[in-house]
Amino acid sequence: MIADAPLAKTPLHDLHVALGARMVPFAGYDMPVQYPTGILTEHLHTRAAAGLFDVSHMGQAFLEGEGVAGKLEKLLPGDIAGLAEGAIRYSQLLDGNGGILDDLMVTRISDDLLFLVVNAGCKAQDFAHIAASLDDCRLGVLADRALLALQGPKAAEVLARFAPETAQMAFMTWREMTIDGVKLYVSRSGYTGEDGFEISIPSAAARGFAEKLLAQPEVKPIGLGARDSLRLEAGLCLYGHDIDTTTNPIEAGLAWSISKRRRAEGGFPGASVVQAALAGGVARKRVGILPDGKAPAREGTDIADAQGRIIGKITSGGFSPSLGRPIAMGYVEIAHAQIDAPVTLIVRGKPMPARIAGMPFVPNRYFRG
Amino acid sequence: MSKTYYTKDHEYLVVEGETATVGITDYAQEQLGDVVFVELPEIGRQVTKGGEAAVVESVKAASEVYAPVAGEIIEVNNGLADDPGLVNQDATGQGWFVKLRIADATGLDDLMDEAAYKAYLATLG
Repeated sequence: MIADAPLAKTPLHDLHVALGARMVPFAGYDMPVQYPTGILTEHLHTRAAAGLFDVSHMGQAFLEGEGVAGKLEKLLPGDIAGLAEGAIRYSQLLDGNGGILDDLMVTRISDDLLFLVVNAGCKAQDFAHIAASLDDCRLGVLADRALLALQGPKAAEVLARFAPETAQMAFMTWREMTIDGVKLYVSRSGYTGEDGFEISIPSAAARGFAEKLLAQPEVKPIGLGARDSLRLEAGLCLYGHDIDTTTNPIEAGLAWSISKRRRAEGGFPGASVVQAALAGGVARKRVGILPDGKAPAREGTDIADAQGRIIGKITSGGFSPSLGRPIAMGYVEIAHAQIDAPVTLIVRGKPMPARIAGMPFVPNRYFRG
Repeated sequence: MSKTYYTKDHEYLVVEGETATVGITDYAQEQLGDVVFVELPEIGRQVTKGGEAAVVESVKAASEVYAPVAGEIIEVNNGLADDPGLVNQDATGQGWFVKLRIADATGLDDLMDEAAYKAYLATLG
């Protein structure tokens, strides 16, 4: 990306500015990192009530074609053909070595129609890759739609005031609905560890709907800063940091997203690498890390063993507003990956004791119906 | 009688005699956002002008705080260990970082006074 290229704006850009957001460049977009109340307050509000996030920078598309659910399986290890209609799967686009090109959400609307949501920073290459690889399918990128995320324990109650049929949706399901004459694609999913929804809405209607949600007493606008601290507490990967082309899904602790059938059958890029990792284990693994002290250990921090030998690196680290302490995730050699194993973090040249921890750091509260 | 000086990196320095109290300005805490941790130097350490004196961590990132003048650290604000949010609430009061004994007062000459700092902030938009 060219550093001084003009930043794109989402349909909610003017609303963010009007709300007093601090805007920063992110994945080519001018995005709100925080609003005047600050990241800590936004984070805790999302855990306590409901937060509204603008995630319109992410890529949304329909992928259509005969048997497309099966065909997309050539590009990723998730079980798409076996998904119920209207169910969502988290998966990863892989390269020939099993490296992760991007992670994404795939909804199976029918055997012949899928809805995809991919990361903002990867969307151009993802869509080019999918279109080129599945040349008998039609990829319809939804550039004229915003994406709002409403997350938190009050999200369902709030959204049901406007879209009553969302109340009964189970976690990881998708539904098309028309509200006030506007067609919405609603997913019960998110990136915070809380119950919540992602709402695809035509750009022209986005600000009006966002303002209706923000007028609800439970809802506050939440920026990218709290989005990052929330997903870190939830143990969720951030593409380009915790996962990338140098990591495969098994090292990344994402084996849960690969079904028994797909493990056995393979038929996705890097399948031999992934199958070998499943059968024979991995040399390193993504783990949670709890520093003993109060100093946060940031991305790039070296992890050492008791003898001072480097055994890994932190890929995401910061302060957990919910726990009031630093938390991190990163990769360590497998011999050091067991929960409670002691490790040493090298923070600004100084050794800091820490231990390996399970994730999520804060329990998930997804709605199971 | 004290005099307050400012740096372009948004540290302030309140000088009384040969002692200086150093912290970050209200503008700086505003830019950082919620402060969650401050790493302070050990007492007795000699710092050089422009050398690292502390590290302030917000939810998002770590930032270094530089010594505006050379000197010896004679006191640190232990209150920040329990309540780093003091930096946000009262940056130029209870949110101070360190006190140092100024080794070379000529190091104050190129710092800004309050009027110059305000004019400098205006240029940052």
